[in-house]
Amino acid sequence: MSAGVAEKTQKTIGGIRRKFAPWNDPSAVPLIRFQNVTKRFGDFIAIENLSLDIYEREFFALLGPSGCGKTTLMRMLAGFEEPNEGRITLAGEDLVGTPPYRRPVNMMFQSYALFPHMSVWDNIAFGLRQDGMEKGAVAARVEEMLKLVKLGQFAKRKPHQLSGGQRQRVALARSLAKRPKVLLLDEPLGALDKKLREETQFELMDLQMELGMTFLIVTHDQEEAMTVADRIAVMNHGKLVQVDQPAVIYEHPNSRYVADFVGDVNILDATVVSVEPGLVTVRPVAAPDRLFRIAQECPAKAGDSVAIALRPEKLRVELDPPADTSVNCLSGEIWDIGYLGDLSIYHVELPGGSRVKAAKPNLTRMVERPISWEDKVYVSFSPDAGVVLTS
Amino acid sequence: MRKGLSWFNVTSIALGFAFLYIPIILLVVYSFNASRLVTVWAGFSTHWYWQLFQNEQLLDAAWVTLRVAFITASVATVLGTMAAITLTRYGRFNGRMLFSGMIYAPLVMPEVITGLSLLLLFVAVNIDRGFWTITLAHITFTMCFVCVVVQSRLVTFDRSLEEAALDLGCPPLKTFLVVTLPIILPAVISGWMLAFTLSLDDLVIASFTTGPGATTLPMRIYSQVRLGVTPEINAACTLLIAIVTVVVIITSIMTKRQEMERQKAERLAAAG
Repeated sequence: MSAGVAEKTQKTIGGIRRKFAPWNDPSAVPLIRFQNVTKRFGDFIAIENLSLDIYEREFFALLGPSGCGKTTLMRMLAGFEEPNEGRITLAGEDLVGTPPYRRPVNMMFQSYALFPHMSVWDNIAFGLRQDGMEKGAVAARVEEMLKLVKLGQFAKRKPHQLSGGQRQRVALARSLAKRPKVLLLDEPLGALDKKLREETQFELMDLQMELGMTFLIVTHDQEEAMTVADRIAVMNHGKLVQVDQPAVIYEHPNSRYVADFVGDVNILDATVVSVEPGLVTVRPVAAPDRLFRIAQECPAKAGDSVAIALRPEKLRVELDPPADTSVNCLSGEIWDIGYLGDLSIYHVELPGGSRVKAAKPNLTRMVERPISWEDKVYVSFSPDAGVVLTS
Repeated sequence: MRKGLSWFNVTSIALGFAFLYIPIILLVVYSFNASRLVTVWAGFSTHWYWQLFQNEQLLDAAWVTLRVAFITASVATVLGTMAAITLTRYGRFNGRMLFSGMIYAPLVMPEVITGLSLLLLFVAVNIDRGFWTITLAHITFTMCFVCVVVQSRLVTFDRSLEEAALDLGCPPLKTFLVVTLPIILPAVISGWMLAFTLSLDDLVIASFTTGPGATTLPMRIYSQVRLGVTPEINAACTLLIAIVTVVVIITSIMTKRQEMERQKAERLAAAG
C-alpha cells in the first residue's frame, strides 16, 4: 500500500469514527442487548439487574476493578455462564440456553489459550474446520489471517516457539478467522509490556475499523479503554455506573467512583453556597475562606454537601498570586514533587493539612525548576475545569 | 562447607543401594548359571532360558499374565481417567470428599483385604472364578493409581483451552478428544503402564480371586519355589524384571521429556 492510499484510508477511518454515534440515534437497533440480567454465584451477586445496549461496529469497553462483574458479563455473552434472570439477545435472537459452540461470537482469551499441540496454522484453522468449511477455503482464510496479523513466516511453529506478542496475534487471528458477529476480548493486552501494549491498542482500533466488526473488550486498564473504545461502561459491584464516550467519562464523571477510577483526580468536599443556571458556587471544606465557582448545571440546592473533582492537569501552580485569590484559588506549600520528564507532579499541602495534586507540563529544558520544595504557591483553575459531584 | 561426599554419606548410599539391588543382581546372575544348584556357580550359560521356553506351564502362566495385564491396564486407564476428570472438574458436587476418599482407599488398603473382599463378592454373586475374576480384581485396584496419575496432570490443565475450543464451535465430546486428550496423553499413557506393571507382578489379589485353569506367572513361580528354587525360575524372574524395567524407564523418560518441554516453553515465554 502506498503512503498516499494509507493516509487516505486513515482519513476515511477518522471520518467514520468522528461521525459514529448510533447510541444517540433513537432509530438505531442495538446488536447486543442485555435486558435486566442478573447472575448469582451462590450468595454472591456478580451481575445485578443490568441492562446494556451495544451497537453494530462499535468498539465497546467494559471497565472496572477485578471482581466488578465485567468478565462475567462477557462470559455470559460467550455462553460460558448463563444468567439467572433476564435476557441476552444478539441481532434480535435470544442467546440464553444456546451452548457456546453454537453462538456467532468468538473470544480472545486472557491466557490466549492457544492449543499447544497444534501449529499456528492449525490453531487458526481450528474454528473453520468445525464449520465443515472445505479445505481450499480454510487454507485461503488462514493465509489471509496470517497476513492480517503479519505472522506469515511463523505458520509452522508451535505456540511455545513464539514470543508473547506473537502469541497474542495468533490468538487474535484465531478468534477473527470465523468472522464472528462480535469479537470478545478478555484483557487481551494484559501480558504485554507497556510499549508493545500501546502499539497493539492502535493496531486493534485500525483492525476493528477495517473489518467493520463489533468488538467488546474487558479491561481493568482505564488508559487502554480510553484509547481503543467508542464507548466505555464503568462497572462496580455488578452494576453499570456510567456508560459513555471516553471523553465524557473523563471530563464529566457522574460520581466520585467514576472520577476516582478513571484517571488521576483531586476530590474535595464542599458545601453548596448558591446555584444559578449554569453556575454553582461552593465553599470547600479544606479552605473555608475561599469560594469555587464552577460552570455546570447542577441538581443540588444551597447547603447541600457535594464533592468537587479537579483533574491535576487542569490546575495551575504559580509562585505569584493570580488577580483574584478569593475565587477558584487555593494557596499552600509544596509538599512533594514528582518529575516524570514530560510532566512534573506537585503535591501542595493546604493550610488545613489536606493535599492537592497538580500536574504541570515541562515546556522548556530546565534542570532547575523554578518551583521547589516548601515554596509558597497558588493553585488556581478556571470555572470549567472542575466538576460538582452529587453522588 | 565441603561440597564433596563425606564417608558417612558414601557408606549410607552404598549400603542402601546394596540392600535394594544385591538380591536382584544375585537372581539375574544365577539365571545364567550352568549348574543345576542355585547356590553354586559353574560357569555362564543360557541353558535355563532355553529350558524356560520349553516349560509349557510357565509359558501358559506368562501368557495369562500378559493378557490379564493388558486388559486390566486398558480398562483401568479409561475408568481412572474418567474418575480423574470428574474429581478435578466438578468442583463442588455433593459427596465429592466421600467419592475421592473412596477412589484413594484401595491405594492404602492391605492387598489381603482387597483380595479377600473381592473373593467374597465373586462367591456371593456366584461367578465362575478364573481369568475374568482376576482381571476384574486387577482393574479395581489399579484404577485408583491411574486416577492419581491423571489427576495430577489435570490440576495444572488450563481450562480456557477447552473453552477456546467450544467457543470456536467444537462440541464438548469432540473438544475432549481433539484438545484435552492429546494434551494429557503422556499422563494417560503413564497411568496405563503403571497399571500394566502392577497387574503383572501381583500375587496376593490374583491368588484370592483365581480359579481352576487361570494361573498367573507370579502364582506359578511362587508355587514352584515352595518345591525348591530352580534356575529356570531365576530366568523367568529375570525376564519379568526386564519387562518391568523397560516399562518404568519408558514412563519416566516420557514424564521427564514432558517436564523439560514445559520448562523450555516457559523459558522461551519468559525470554520474549
